[in-house]
Amino acid sequence: MKFTLSWLKEHLDTEASAAEIVQTLTAIGLEVEGVENPAEKLAPFTVARVLTAERHPQADKLQVLSVDAGTGEAIQVVCGAPNARAGLVGVFGAPGAYVPGSDITLKVAAIRGVESRGMMCSVRELELGEEHDGIIELPEDAPVGARFADYAGLDDPVIDVAITPNRQDCMGVHGIARDLAAAGLGGLRPISIKEIAGAFLCPIEIRTEDEEGCPAFYGRVVRGVRNGPSPRWLQQRLKAVGQRPISALVDMTNYIMLSYGRPLHVYDLATLKGAIVARRARDGEEVLALNGKSYRLDQTMTVIADDAQVHDIGGIMGGEHSGVTEATTDILIECAYFDPEHIARTGQKLGLTSDARQRFERGVDPAFLDTGLALATQMAVELAGGEASEIVRAGSPPSVTKTVSYRPERARALGGVEVPKAEQRAILERLGFTVEEGESWTIGVPSWRRDVDGSADIVEEVARIHGFDKILTTPLPRRPGVAAPTATPEQMLERKVRRTAAARGLNEAVTWSFIAESEAAPFGGSAWVLENPISEEMKAMRPSLLPGLLAAASRNIARGADSVRLFEVGRRYLADGERPTLGLVLAGERGPRHWRTGKAGGFDAYDAKAEALAILAAAGAPVENLQALAGASGVYHPGRSARLSLGPKNALAEFGELHPATLKAFDLSGPVVAAEIFLDALPKKRGASGHMREAYSPPALQAVKRDFAFLVPSDAAADTLLRAVRGADKQAIAAVSLFDVFTGQGVPEGEKSVAVEVTLQPGEKSFTDEELKGISERIVAAAAKAGARLRD
Amino acid sequence: MASDTDASIDRIKAAPDLQALEAERVSALGKQGAITQLLKTLGAMTPEQRQAEGPRIHALREAVTDAIAARKAALEGAALEQRLATEKLDLTLPVPPPLEGSVHPVSQVMDELAEIFADLGFAVATGPEIEDDWRNFTALNIPETHPARAMHDTFYFPDQDAGGQRMLLRTHTSPVQIRTMQSQQPPIYIIAPGRTYRSDSDATHTPMFHQVEGLVIDRGIHLGHLKWTLETFLKAYFERDDIVLRMRPSYFPFTEPSAEVDVGYTMVKGRRVLGGNEGWMELLGSGMVHPKVIAACGLDPEEWQGFAFGCGIDRLAMLKYGMDDLRAFFDGDLRWLKHYGFSALDVPTLSGGVGA
Repeated sequence: MKFTLSWLKEHLDTEASAAEIVQTLTAIGLEVEGVENPAEKLAPFTVARVLTAERHPQADKLQVLSVDAGTGEAIQVVCGAPNARAGLVGVFGAPGAYVPGSDITLKVAAIRGVESRGMMCSVRELELGEEHDGIIELPEDAPVGARFADYAGLDDPVIDVAITPNRQDCMGVHGIARDLAAAGLGGLRPISIKEIAGAFLCPIEIRTEDEEGCPAFYGRVVRGVRNGPSPRWLQQRLKAVGQRPISALVDMTNYIMLSYGRPLHVYDLATLKGAIVARRARDGEEVLALNGKSYRLDQTMTVIADDAQVHDIGGIMGGEHSGVTEATTDILIECAYFDPEHIARTGQKLGLTSDARQRFERGVDPAFLDTGLALATQMAVELAGGEASEIVRAGSPPSVTKTVSYRPERARALGGVEVPKAEQRAILERLGFTVEEGESWTIGVPSWRRDVDGSADIVEEVARIHGFDKILTTPLPRRPGVAAPTATPEQMLERKVRRTAAARGLNEAVTWSFIAESEAAPFGGSAWVLENPISEEMKAMRPSLLPGLLAAASRNIARGADSVRLFEVGRRYLADGERPTLGLVLAGERGPRHWRTGKAGGFDAYDAKAEALAILAAAGAPVENLQALAGASGVYHPGRSARLSLGPKNALAEFGELHPATLKAFDLSGPVVAAEIFLDALPKKRGASGHMREAYSPPALQAVKRDFAFLVPSDAAADTLLRAVRGADKQAIAAVSLFDVFTGQGVPEGEKSVAVEVTLQPGEKSFTDEELKGISERIVAAAAKAGARLRD
Repeated sequence: MASDTDASIDRIKAAPDLQALEAERVSALGKQGAITQLLKTLGAMTPEQRQAEGPRIHALREAVTDAIAARKAALEGAALEQRLATEKLDLTLPVPPPLEGSVHPVSQVMDELAEIFADLGFAVATGPEIEDDWRNFTALNIPETHPARAMHDTFYFPDQDAGGQRMLLRTHTSPVQIRTMQSQQPPIYIIAPGRTYRSDSDATHTPMFHQVEGLVIDRGIHLGHLKWTLETFLKAYFERDDIVLRMRPSYFPFTEPSAEVDVGYTMVKGRRVLGGNEGWMELLGSGMVHPKVIAACGLDPEEWQGFAFGCGIDRLAMLKYGMDDLRAFFDGDLRWLKHYGFSALDVPTLSGGVGA
C-alpha cells in the first residue's frame, strides 16, 4: 500500500517529520518497505523561460535557444524539440545534472559546432510520464528560477507499507492515520462529508438476490456528468502511488478506495437494461472484465447483472461493457458489501486478483457504506458535475456490534509489557474501541476491526501501540542441574550414521524430495504425485534417495569430478509413511592414479557393501547376523547386488552395482555403485541397560589358528560355507575368516577353492592333540554338509 | 704371560671383521686357546700358588672376553650403519590423499540448534512432511478462504486422508506444534527442524527449504520470555554478545500477539555481519500461540499459554557461514559441499562452541 506524505497529512494533523512517521509505522506493525521522494532526483532541475530561438546554422532540425533560468544570464542551449520556441516556459537542467529518464549526466558540449550549456527536458527524461514528443510546457506564470520539483508539488515522499492480511482498515490512508494518531503522532482528522440530497428518484431498480454473497448493495445515479481527465492534483497523487489515471470518474473511485479502503464501482447507466441485481452467476455465464480478459463463471460466484448480462464480478472486477467512458453522461455509483469468504473463493477459482478483491476478502468496514457512497457522490459531482438521485439501499450489511471481555492484567501476563490502566484505556479509545471498566473490562470493537475478537487481540493492540521495544526480557524458568539429553533414539541414529558416512570420506548432499515420475518408476513409482508441481522434474515424492544422488553424481562428473562419493540422510515417501533412509552413491574412480597403487580403478559392488556394513555397524545393527540375499530392486545389476537382511523379509539395506539402464537414464557411465540403508528397519535397542559394561575377562590361554582349504562349486555362496564352519563347534571356534578364493591350476573345472582361517579358543586348559583333531574333523564334516570338500 | 695377553687384546681390537674376531676368540679362549691353557694349569698348582695365580689368570680371561664383546659390538654397529646407508627412501614422494568426507551445512546447523536448545530445556520434535490440510492450515487458525493461504504457495496432492482432509506438502514446520500439543501434555518445550515446501523459485527462494519451529506451552509464559529465548538463542548461535533484536508487531494467524523479529547487522568489508545495529534484517516470525490453536489441540487456553517461532535454517546457515546462493544448497556440487561442509568430527558442543 503506497501513499504520499501530503495525502497522509490530509487525514492526520501532525507536525511529525517523514522520518518519525516512517519509524512509527514500522514500530506499530505497518512495516515500511520503502520511502522514495521523487523530488530528490529532480533537485537540479529549474523552471526556465526560452528567451530566443534561432535556427541552428548546421542543422535544420535543431535550434539554438537562449534560456533564462533565473541565474541572471542568458544560457545558450541547443535543442531538437519541435515545440521549442521563444516565450515557452519549461524545465531546464544545467551541466552536472543527472537526467534520470535517459541515464546521462549533462555536460557542456558542442552540438554540430555550437556550444550547448544544458538541456530543456521532456516528460520522459524526468521520468514523469511516457510522452517524448517535445519539451515540457509550463504555464506562462510559472516562476522562473524556482526548483521545478517544488513548483510541481513533487516534493512529497511516497511511503510504501506492507499491510498484513488482518488489517483491512489500513488499506486506506485514513486507517493508517488513525493508527499513527493512536501512537501519539498527531490527531486523526474527521471525515468531512457534504450530504447531497437526492434531486430525483433513482431511475434504476437495484436489488440483491444473493444475501450471502452480497448482503448489501447501495447505489445512486448521477446524471448530466462530463467525464474528462481528472484534475492535475488527483492525477499526480494516483501516479505517485503507481496508479494510472484514466478519467475523472474512474480516478474518483480509486482515490476513495486508496483513501478509505472502500472499493466502489461506477457504471455507465446508458449500458444497463432493466434492473441491476446482485445475484449468483449461472454456470457457464461469461463476462469480459476490465482487464480485457474473459472469465467463465459458475453458480458459487456473486455477480452484478442487469436483465441482459453480467456487468461485474462482484467485488473483484468490473466489466468492460458497462464501464464509464468520455461519452458517458449518466452514471450509477455502486457501494456494496461483499462477503469475504465468497470473494476469496471466487478470486481463488478465477485466479483473479485486484485492489477491490484484496480489500473485500479481508473484510471492508460494513458500517461505512453510506459514508462511502456520500464521498463518491460528492466527488463525482465536484469533478464531473451533474445532479444526484436519491439513494437506494438494497439489503443491509452484517451487524457489527462486537464486545470483548478483557482484564488489563493480561497486558503484562501475555504481552510482557507493563502499561498503566489509564494508558491502556487511552490507547484503545484512540484506536476507536470503547471501554467500559469493571472487574473485567468490556471492550467495544469498532466496525472496521474485523480482526479483533478476543482478549489476546486487545493485548496486541495495547502492546503494539505502547511499543514492542518495551517488552520486558524475561528468562525462561530453568530446571536445576545440567541440561538433560533431549534427542530421541531416532535422532541419535541419524546423527551417528551421518557422521560415520562423513568420516568414511563421503560427502553429504541434500537433494530435492520431489523427482520426475520417470525417475521414480524403476523404484516402483511414487505413491505421492503433486497436483501442482513447479515442473515435471519436481513432481513425484521420491520412493528412494538414489535418483537425487545419481542426478547429483552425474552433474559432478559433467563438471569434471574424477571421483564422486555422495550420501544423503533423508526420507523416502511411501504410501504408508515417510521412512528415514541413508542413501549413498560411489561413481567415477575409487582413488586417483597413484605411484603406489598404479592406475585408477572404478568402484565395485564390494565397495558399496563395505560402506553399507560400516554404517550399519555404527547404527548398532547386528552386522554379523546379516545375510546378503538376492532380490535388490531393479535399478541394480541383477547379478551384482543384494539385500542385507535379518531373515528373508527384514531387509536393512540394499547395495550393489547399478543396472546399465539406470546409468543410462542418469547419463552416467559405469560402473557406479550405490547403497540404501533403511534406518526405520533397524532393530530397536532394547530398554536402557545403563552404562555399566560386562566384566572384563580376557581368555587365560592363547588361541590356536588352523587353516582349511575347501573346494566348492564355483557358483556357491561363500557365506554358506563360513556359516557351516562357524557352526561346527560353537564352544571352541571363536572366529572364522576367509582369506583366499582361487580358481585355476589345481582346482577342478566348475569349482573354486575357498581358504579359511579358523581361530580356536581354549577355555580352562589347552587343547590336546586329540581335541584339535576332533574339532578339525567336525569342521570338515560340517563343510561337507554345506557341499564343500577338503582340498588335498 | 701378560704381554702375550696384551698382544692378543691388541689383535682383537684391530680385528677387521667378525670372522677375524672369531679366530682371535678361538686362539685365546678356545679349547686349545692360550688362556684356556693357562686355566688348566691351575689344577696342578699348590693351594698357595693357586691363590696367587688364580685371580691373575681370571683377570686375563676377563680382559680378553670384554675386548671381544666390545669389538663385536663395534663391528656389528658398523655393519648396521653400512646397511642403513643403502636403505634410503625418497620421502618427498606423495602418499595417497585422505578421503575428505563432509557434513552438509544444513545438518550441521540443525545439530547446533539442537545443542543450544537442549541447554534451554527444549527437546527436538519431528513430524511428517506430507501433511493434511487441517494440521497445516485449519488448526493453525487459517481457514480455507483466509488470504494467508494464498501467501503460502502450497503444493497439493490429489489424495485425501481417511478423514477427507486434503493432503499437501507442509508449507511450514508449524504443523509439528499441532501434533505435539495433541500428543503430549504441557509443559511443552520443543524445537522442530525439517524440510518445508512452497511453490516458489528464485535466488532466495527454493521450492524446498528448511525451517525450525520453536514452541513453548506452559503457565505464565509471555512475550518477554519469547524475547529472552530468541536473544539467548541467537547470541549462542552466532557466538556474539552484541546481537541486537528488534521485535515488530506483525500478523500470523496462529499467534496473537505476533511479532516479526529483525536482527541488527554491521557492514564489514561490504558484507553484512550480524551484530550491532547499523541496519536491520528480517530473521524470523513469532508470537504468542493463538488461543484458538491451543483449543484446537484440545488444551484449555485459560490454563496454558506460550509462544512459538519459526526461522529458516538455510538462512541461519547463510548468515553464519557466508553462503550467498540458496539454490547451491540442494545441487550436490562436491566443490561446494567440500567448501562449506563440516568435518565429521566437528560435532557442535556447548563446551567447545557450537560453531565450526
